[in-house]
Formats: sequence, structure tokens, C-alpha cells
Amino acid sequence: MSDHPIGLSIRGGIKIYPGTTALRSVDFDVRMGAVNVLVGENGAGKSTLMKVIAGVEPLTEGRIEMEGRLVHFRSPREAERHGIGIVFQELNLFPDLSVADNIFIAHERTRARIDIDRRSQRETVRALMRKLEHDIDPDMRAGDLSIGQQQIVEIARSLARGARILILDEPTSALSAAEVEVLFRIIAELKAQGVGIVYISHRLDELIRIGDYITVLRDGVITGSRPMEGVDLAWIVRSMIGDSSRDFPRGGPFRPGRELLRAEEICLPRPGGGWAVDHVSFCVHEGEILGIYGLMGAGRSELLGCLIGQYPHAGGRILLAGETLQGDVAKRIRKGLALIPEDRKNDGLIGTLAIRENLTLSSLRDFTRIWHLDLRAEIRAALDYVKRLAIKAASIENPVFSLSGGNQQKVVIGKALMTRPRVLLMDEPSRGIDIGAKGEVFRVMRQLAGQGLGIVFVTSDLDEVLSLSDRIIVMSDGRVAARFDAADADPASLAAAAAPLSSSLKDAA
Amino acid sequence: MTAAPRPIPSRPVSGWGPALLLLLRLRTFVALILVFTFFAVAAPNFLSSANMVIMAKHVALNALLAIGMTFVIITGGIDLSVGSIVGLCGMVAGWLLLHGIDLGFSWTIQLNTLEICLIVLGVGVGVGAINGLLITQLNVAPFIATLGTLYVARGAALLSSDGKTFPNLVGNPDYGSQGFPVLGAGSWLGIPIAIWILVAVAVTASYVANRTPLGRHVYAVGGNERGAALSGVKVNRIKLIVYMFSGFCAALVGLIIASQLQAAHPATGETFELNAIAAAVLGGTSMSGGRGRIGGTIIGAFVIGVLSDGLIMMGVSSFWQTVIKGLVIIAAVVVDQMQSRLQARVVLQQQAALSR
Repeated sequence: MSDHPIGLSIRGGIKIYPGTTALRSVDFDVRMGAVNVLVGENGAGKSTLMKVIAGVEPLTEGRIEMEGRLVHFRSPREAERHGIGIVFQELNLFPDLSVADNIFIAHERTRARIDIDRRSQRETVRALMRKLEHDIDPDMRAGDLSIGQQQIVEIARSLARGARILILDEPTSALSAAEVEVLFRIIAELKAQGVGIVYISHRLDELIRIGDYITVLRDGVITGSRPMEGVDLAWIVRSMIGDSSRDFPRGGPFRPGRELLRAEEICLPRPGGGWAVDHVSFCVHEGEILGIYGLMGAGRSELLGCLIGQYPHAGGRILLAGETLQGDVAKRIRKGLALIPEDRKNDGLIGTLAIRENLTLSSLRDFTRIWHLDLRAEIRAALDYVKRLAIKAASIENPVFSLSGGNQQKVVIGKALMTRPRVLLMDEPSRGIDIGAKGEVFRVMRQLAGQGLGIVFVTSDLDEVLSLSDRIIVMSDGRVAARFDAADADPASLAAAAAPLSSSLKDAA
Repeated sequence: MTAAPRPIPSRPVSGWGPALLLLLRLRTFVALILVFTFFAVAAPNFLSSANMVIMAKHVALNALLAIGMTFVIITGGIDLSVGSIVGLCGMVAGWLLLHGIDLGFSWTIQLNTLEICLIVLGVGVGVGAINGLLITQLNVAPFIATLGTLYVARGAALLSSDGKTFPNLVGNPDYGSQGFPVLGAGSWLGIPIAIWILVAVAVTASYVANRTPLGRHVYAVGGNERGAALSGVKVNRIKLIVYMFSGFCAALVGLIIASQLQAAHPATGETFELNAIAAAVLGGTSMSGGRGRIGGTIIGAFVIGVLSDGLIMMGVSSFWQTVIKGLVIIAAVVVDQMQSRLQARVVLQQQAALSR
């Protein structure tokens, strides 16, 4: 493998966030003139590793070397100066600036350091676009471009800054088939020019097709790293998931109870036209776990948002135990619906409040006489749930973000359970928590279903949806793409159903 | 911990860390004791009971406004209109005392003290409700919405008398309004009524903040609005309530001032909003929302009040007073930052000790 020199290497990389360890002594090499593929499940540490390379986050311990020399990236700018460019999964363009302005942001071509040389910028952008085979006008507003085009602009931005190492974080997740082909051609070209590419994706077939080297991450540890020759799907999956059993078998055979929740023709218009949730109907029974599988942007989170009443302009009819459900979030929570949001930090928890206050936030009514809050009863209840969910906290008065990710998630679950819900909506309940905590969360889900709760849970993890669900709905482009019974669902058909139809996506040109 | 590539800031926070943290947490109280002691030594007559009462009356006005302001800031907002509400409410009180309510056809309703007070408080709450509705229903940023009502309320106050003062607000025994001056001049058990009002409002506000769902929801909205909404907190209602309460506090202050002076001037209360914000910030209220204590705000108001009255007694020029007040506020915020950094470090170390 000596024909691909190592451009950057990380040795013993450790990254600790308050609450979780994202990387555990990671050794990683970026080979120049090759596609270095990085895979792993959600929360395995891929994005953290990329952020470290791009200078967004410093390593807690360990070192980064480039051409044998130790380097420290204290900011993305410093990494950039070393020739590292990154295109994040969430695009980072300024929608109200022109394409050219976006490409040269913070690196403006100027005369006498004051006056921006727009003509020179425009010409450079045109040349770059020709190279990237895209006819994007440098003066267009970036916000008016399609997602695929925006991605091209991001790549152009990195190239304009002379990137020698280009990191692409799930670049194809929002692209149509035609756009993917163009992207692959661009990647091949860059490779030929000696650029080292780090490529992150969940689409395994894609990786095998374009990768030269593959590195697999699991729970912050590298579990496999080798040239792509001879790698097959089975090897990747084995490295990603490991041998640890992820089965969470139910106690006994599943006997569906009464129908609890029925959603009819739920729809939510997308701001730019079309539907974020496109007339979705389903039902959940007592004691049933309904898994909703789909890729990012398939409208799964929006669907749960519609159910809990987050979007006042959502359409459709929701029946909870035969009763029509409407009104604001508070009212629906009182009726017996509870949501565990995907984004713990921004939607699930209140960072300024203590663990106790977060736990009881949705159920304060239970501890209130007229208007007086009975703090003792509140503390008793909070302690009770801390024990029942085995939340590892030194004190319930500690700030909630002092907990580890898994325990934070249990606080969110506890908050939902304290409202005594009949149906629990869980959005990516295992996101960003380590494997042990995942197991505990799944056990709790099983237990709750066993007690007769209906559970709707959203995930983008095939393994999870298959091992936990009684029934599975696959969503794609806001629609229900397929429905399965757990018994006759298999990974291949789920993945096929989840793939967005290319005809429904805007074409790049 | 082998061969770290660069020095990691892992200086251990030893025994003095938590102690220093406690000191920093009580900083406003420490500051109050310091300024108090300083003036007790440096300014003659500072400790006389007459001076104490005068000072307390000054502080009470700012503290009342600051209590309302604290709730608003805890939800992540700001209320710039309180000073103007003070002025407007004083003018409304003056108008009602002098002219009553003119119904046309030469019919006029004259009101007694209680009715006047209720109407004035209603005006304050009403302006607060306008602020709240602008912010929640029309999505105007709190800074802009309350800046707008600042101007509108001030203009309305000036229009009401054409810029003149309503003099001689002693009330009229025929209408049952002779009791109006008591609010500002009267006292009970040797303590001015204004102080009793402050005590009542402060105790209520503190109770609401700590022992009611409403208070918990106020903190939740300021800490994370989206999260609070998804947990079933009625965010818009909470915001509306805090702005109405801030208007209520401002109306109280307007009444007390009009009663104290027995006159209402339309320019009363200019820049009061800034003093109220200063007291809240000095008391540890975080401008980014989610944090703040009523007790802290009251101590903050006392620090500002003691400082300015003490400096006057020492004969320091009022220009220097302004400078000193500004420096104290800046120092308070700097210390606040130091505290949060130290606190984060102590918490991380406790966490590390737990997982070891």
C-alpha cells in the first residue's frame, strides 16, 4: 500500500465530552490520493473524529501528525491552513449570500485588503464549477440552490482554499442518483490529483464501490482497519455491530391488545412546498412496539411532532383510545401521549434546571395543590424514578448535563413516564449513548410494552428496528413506503423500501 | 495521562476551590456588606435611623421594578418599558385624582383611593399585556417590542398634561380620595408603607418562583424554550404573565412616587428601566435566561441604592457616582463569568472523581 503516502495520522486519540467518551485511543491514517472510508453506527464517534481532524474540536489526549510532524489545530482555520477541508452533513452555507461570496467567505480576494475583487472571485468560481461539472452561477443566492448544488458549493469552497485532505460527512444522504454519480466522478478526479479523501457514509454498497481503505468505528473504538480489497458487507457489519448479542427478546409471545392510538392521514406541509409528512396513517395497540424506520429527512421526527402537537398547522386526525386528540402539547400530554425527542440537548432537557426539576417538568400538576408545589412529594417522586430507571446520579439536585448521555436519556424517559402516558413516542432513543446504556433503554422499552403501553419509536438503525419492533413502518420522503410484520421483515427489504425514489428529488441541473 | 501533546488545563481545584465558589456565589451579599461597612465608617450619619429609612425608600422603588424585571429576564426577555410605565401610571393617577373620569355630557365619575389604585394598576398590567402580546403573538423581539412601548407610554404621559405637572395630589375627602398621599408618606409600625409593599411583593414573588408550577415554568422557558414547549409548558402564556407582572410592579412604583411627591410629572421614571436591569444583573440574574433569584435581585438593588446614597452623603460628585455605578456593574458581570467557569471546573472534577 506504499503507493498511497500517509498524509495525516492520529495516534492514541481520546476525546471526552462531559458525560461521554466519544473516542478511545483511536489510531487513524488518511492516505493521500485515495478514498479513506469511515463507517460506524450512529454515535460510534465518526463525526467526532472528523471534527478533531478539521480542528473544530481538540483532542482530549493523543496527537495528530502530518508528514511526520506534530500539529495542533486550535481552530478550523488552522486545520485549513494545513490543507484540510470538510463538508459537514449539515450544510454550512450562508443562504442570503451569493455562491461566490460563500466560497470566499473569510478568505475574500481583495484589493488593498479592503475592496473585494468580485470579478476575480467570480472567475475563479466559474473555473471551479467547470472542473466540478456544474453550471452554477456565482451570483446566485446560495439559499436558492438545491441541496445537491449546495453540496457542490461546499466542496468548491474547500477546493478554493487549496484543500489537500477533503472530508465528506455523509455527502450522499440528500442526493439523487444522478447527483451521486457526478459526486463520484468528482471524487475520482480529486483522487487522481492526489487529494486524500475521507468519506463517511451509512450506505455500505457505496463504500465498497468507491473506497480504497476502510476503517470501522464502534463506540469510539476502531474495530477494523484495512485496504478495501477483499472487504465484503459481512465483514463491515461484523465490525460495526460486533459479536455482542443485541437481542432484546420479549418475555412471552406478543398478544396485541386493544387499539390505543390511531393516526389518520397525518400531513404536514413543507415550507418550500410539498409535504414533510405526506398523509401518513397507522395505529398502535396496547403492549405493541411500532418501529418507524427511515433515512434522515424522511419525515419521521416531523410525524412524531405532528402527533404531540408541535405543529399547529398539521393536518389529519388522531384518536387516542377512541377519543379525538387535539389542542396544544400540554393537553395531549394530559390525555396520555408523551414524546421523547431526538435532540436531548435542545428539545429534551432544560440545561439550567436540576435533574429533579427536569424529571417533574411535565407532571408538576401531580405535586400541586391549587397553586402550591409540594416540594417533598416532588422529591419523593423524582427519587422513585431515579431508582426505577437506575439513573446514576450523585444527587438529584445536580445540573442535568453533569450526567452521562445514557443517564440524561433516562431522565428524558423518566420525565415522559411521570406523566403516566398510554402511548410513548420515542425519537431515536439510542442516539448518542453508549452500548451499555442502549441495552438498558431497550430493556425499559420492553418492560413498558409489557405493562401495556403502546410505543412508537423512530430509528435509523436497522438492527435496532428489527430486534425491538412488533411491527415496522418504513418511511421515505414523508410517505409510508412499506409496512412489515416483525416476523417477515429482513434488512434488505427494509433498506430497499427506505431508499428515496430518485424521480421525486430535484435534479441537479 | 501519558505524553499529553500539549498542556491540558488540569490544574487541580484543591480545597480552596469550593470555598472560593461559595464566596463567589455570595458575592452580591459580600459586596453589600462591604459598601455598607465602608460608608458606615466613612460617611457621618450614615447609620442614623433617619438615613436608613430614606435609603430604604429609595431602594424600594428600584427593587420593585427589579423584581418584575427579574422574571422577565429569567424567561430570556427584557422589559425596557418599565420606566415609561412608571411615568404613565403616575399621570393616570394624577388625572383621576384631579379630573375623575369624564363621560361627556358634563357627567364625571369621581373615584376613591382604592378605585384609583386599581385602575392605575390595571393600566400598568395592560401595557405589560401589550408587550407580551407583541412578543408572543406577533413575534417581535422583546427588546424592540418594549422599546416601542417605552416611547408610546412616555408620549402618552406627556400628552395627558401637555407636558405639565399635575400638582397638589392630596385627594378630596368628598370623593373619598383623601387617603392617596398615605401610600407614599404613611407608615405602619414605624416603617414606611412603600417598604411594606416591597416586602409583600418580594415575598410573593419569591414564593411564586420557588414553590409554584408557574415559577418552575418561568425558569424552564428561559432555560430552553423548545424543550419547555415539548414538555407541555405553555410558553406564550408564561411570557405574557411575566410582562404583565413587570407592568404591575411599574404601576406600583408610579403610584408610590405620585403619592410621595403629591404630584405627577410626565418625565418621572426616565432611565428607571436601566437601574432595574442593573439590580437584577448585579443580583446574579443571567441575561441569557434561566437563572436568577428574587433575593439576589433585592440585594443587588440594595447595593446600588446604598452606593449612590452613601456617595451623596460623602459629597462625591454625581458625575463620579455614575462612573462608579457603571464600574460596579461591569465588575459584577466579570465576577459572574469567573464563577461559572470555576463552577464548571468543579463539577467536571466531581464527575471525574465519580467515574474513577
